[in-house]
Amino acid sequence: MKEGSILTENVLTVENLSIDYESNRGPVHALDSVSIGIQPRSLTAIVGESGCGKTSLGLGVIGLLPMPPVKNITGKVWYKKVNLLDLDKEEIRRYRGTEIAMIFQEPITSLNPVYKVGQQIEEAIAIRDSRATHKNTDANDRRSEIIESLNRVRIPDAENVANRYPFELSGGMRQRIMIAMALAQKPSLLIADEPTTALDVTTQAQVLKLMRNLMNEVNTSILLITHDLAVASQVADKVAVMYGGQIVEEAEVNELFSAPSHPYTQGLLACIPTGSKAKARLKPIQGNVLDLKQTVNYCKFAPRCPHVMDKCWESKPDLRTVEGEHKAACYLNE
Amino acid sequence: MNKNDPLLEVQNLKTYFNLRGSILRKHSKYVKAVDTISVTVRSQETVAVVGESGCGKTTLARTILLLTHPTAGSIMLLGREGVKSKEFYRNVQMVFQDPDSSLDPTMKIRDIIAEPLKGLSNLTQKEIESRVLKSLEEVALNSDVLDRVPRQLSGGQKQRINIARAIVTEPKLVILDEPTSALDASVQAQILNLLLDLQTQHGLSYLIITHNIAVAEYLSDRIYVMYAGRIVEQGPTEVVIRKPRHPYTIALLASAPIPDPKRKNLLNVEIVGEPPSSINPPSGCRFHPRCPYSEEICSIKEPDLDPLSQDRFVACHFVNKTA
Amino acid sequence: MSENETRRFLKLLFTSNEAKLGLVIVLVFLATALLVAIAGKSILPYNPIQQNVGPVLAAPSLQHLFGTDNLGRDVFSRIVFATPNALIVSVTVIASAFVVGIFLGCVAGFWSGILDEILMRTTDVIFAVPALILAMSIAVILGPGLINMMYALMIIWWPPYARLARGEALRVSQRNFIEVAKTSGIKTLTILRRHIIPNILSPLLAYATLDIGTVVVVYAGLSYLGLSVQPPTPDWGGMVSSYQDYLVSAPWLPLFPAAIIAAVVIGFSLLGNGLRDAIESRNIS
Repeated sequence: MKEGSILTENVLTVENLSIDYESNRGPVHALDSVSIGIQPRSLTAIVGESGCGKTSLGLGVIGLLPMPPVKNITGKVWYKKVNLLDLDKEEIRRYRGTEIAMIFQEPITSLNPVYKVGQQIEEAIAIRDSRATHKNTDANDRRSEIIESLNRVRIPDAENVANRYPFELSGGMRQRIMIAMALAQKPSLLIADEPTTALDVTTQAQVLKLMRNLMNEVNTSILLITHDLAVASQVADKVAVMYGGQIVEEAEVNELFSAPSHPYTQGLLACIPTGSKAKARLKPIQGNVLDLKQTVNYCKFAPRCPHVMDKCWESKPDLRTVEGEHKAACYLNE
Repeated sequence: MNKNDPLLEVQNLKTYFNLRGSILRKHSKYVKAVDTISVTVRSQETVAVVGESGCGKTTLARTILLLTHPTAGSIMLLGREGVKSKEFYRNVQMVFQDPDSSLDPTMKIRDIIAEPLKGLSNLTQKEIESRVLKSLEEVALNSDVLDRVPRQLSGGQKQRINIARAIVTEPKLVILDEPTSALDASVQAQILNLLLDLQTQHGLSYLIITHNIAVAEYLSDRIYVMYAGRIVEQGPTEVVIRKPRHPYTIALLASAPIPDPKRKNLLNVEIVGEPPSSINPPSGCRFHPRCPYSEEICSIKEPDLDPLSQDRFVACHFVNKTA
Repeated sequence: MSENETRRFLKLLFTSNEAKLGLVIVLVFLATALLVAIAGKSILPYNPIQQNVGPVLAAPSLQHLFGTDNLGRDVFSRIVFATPNALIVSVTVIASAFVVGIFLGCVAGFWSGILDEILMRTTDVIFAVPALILAMSIAVILGPGLINMMYALMIIWWPPYARLARGEALRVSQRNFIEVAKTSGIKTLTILRRHIIPNILSPLLAYATLDIGTVVVVYAGLSYLGLSVQPPTPDWGGMVSSYQDYLVSAPWLPLFPAAIIAAVVIGFSLLGNGLRDAIESRNIS
């Protein structure tokens, strides 16, 4: 990993991150030596199916994985020249919410049901201010900032909404409020774990469009975790595809869709229904999703790969450059 | 029965829920979940009902299945009025949303698949067993799952079991409520193909309820678009998807992410607002608060479903604006 | 459950030391009760009712493990002899509460409507009065004695089971597989028997296990008040009552019966906790 220039350019640099869980059926290797860099003011999408490790990556980076059942975390996570994994609980807590914010799939569980929305945003602002300047801002200033942050996420009638409780609002509104709270801290990185999966199609479009636009307004990068390749194609600058706890392909978004180099990515793209059954029948990926409990020394996709060769069973392919910024972990490209 | 004979005919169906408190308190508000809906499914065809949460599509499915009592309107199956009977359920079955909730965690798979046969037919134990095995084969599952319990299966396997159970009585119509929403992309593709194969093999008709436009487009021959308890547009799937005419359909289709980074439809979407409350829907056309083409009449009078061409209907006062 | 599942479940149940301790206590309790019930006085070191088998008010020794009381009776034999009472009462009360509770709870949770209202208000009324007072009042009306005591407890013990069963039945009724059963032509009673009840058993069983200890304590309290078996028949609560004056001069007299009551309650609590945890983690994994 080249230190120096890349580290200072990237907002976040993950270096060989591995995470093991303890389960009552043996250790689970949720992440297997994952490396990725996130550039400033860009949206990177981590795409994968259930069990691929994408949520472990998102939560692990910011230290939100509970230590049991997590057993081992190795590797480095560089954020502004600090290795987040070296920090203790107190120290990393200071980064969370201020430098690195997170939003999750179910806003109803992230918002406190007994406080009004405005109060919760105010709390976020107050924490930010006390951490940054070590003094409290004026209540009026905070009030106007609350309204401003609600306006920024395009919530109509902000004054009214600020006085409501979370249960009175729709899912889309709640997610926007989560975004507002996350961005109130002016983070450099926003990690969004399936933020629109629980929303309707039209609401999803609105929220994704909002996130994309806000990136430039607030000067933040977004790490978007999703299972939906189509969503990634619409909003991401860079896409990383995960399988079996590894990144199997990483490329700028146009590259990935026009020239997918890993058979799993190709398989995923072939699974997306486009058009009617009469035109083109879907070609599902054969076999079943990987069991993360096994430690293997061969390519994890080999059992399901339509182009598998002998070499694939002998050793695990690394994530190597295919062309420019396009990387894939597959012997077919060598 | 010939292909394209009407199999299911739902006319002017209304399902209203009275918001009851306890016996000691009564409300006088209604949730108009299904508000005058007519849907036809013909033999060996697939019809999709598309809409977002709260539009009433799940209530529609449950009312057609007579699990929810209709407030008004008629449901005809094979030309006869639909009543809760063994014959009715032998012909119509449903695959419910959420494969987990549809399987009794205390039951073995063989009993789960056998249940409709036990309740709806007079087959002997041996005959039931062989039908169960056959069903399992058709959904491409190994017979060693028969003695397992649902907890031991994956999401895809569970959904296959649900389908196996739904087809074991050899119904003519299967209603599917979000059949693949809880599944991974690769599993979804397998299930969609399975559904297509079963349809060809058994001459099934499907009524698919979904919010996923891509799935609706892939599977269905005809499509109904539902909004706030009403149908706003209907027609052959290909035609409606290619050239939607109702402003809501246009917004809905525009919001569905296209898996092609060179065609960024999402970021150009202009839809505003949220789907309305079912208790107090907007007056007149229920979409008017969010419609870029609305004018005064839209807030006063509800538009009828008028024919645009044969088999193509739109409920909009200003459908000419979207031509 | 298949064999593999059972083995894993048992392993889960007994990973915690507390659950193991609980199991040991419960097994000792059950074994003792059964032995005494079957074999009677003959297995005891001394006749529990006979006076002057040893010196009066003797401290615990090798001949008299728990000492002797003011009438020279062997305390250990008396305590052991009283074990079946505790078991019979707790098992009978819990079993009846369980059955009644499931029945009423299922009816209320599955059918809702007016039946549900009636059940809820009835349980509200019973909950409004403290259990001990209610049991005492009924016992006073019926008169003292073991059987009457059991009746009194059975009358007041079912409401929590009914509420729990109702809540669980409501939850299970919302699940899609109930709708599936309806569209499969299954009759309502069969749905209750085949689908609802098996799915509500786990939490109820866990609660019942924890609850046995409570019955033992409440029964001991009532017997302390003299409402159960009458002297000279030994009974744990009754012994605490009749020996309480000796707390300072011969502390082993009231303390051993009290300690045994506590031990049994703790044993069932620990076991019940272990059972509940094992069920929960099985549901998660």
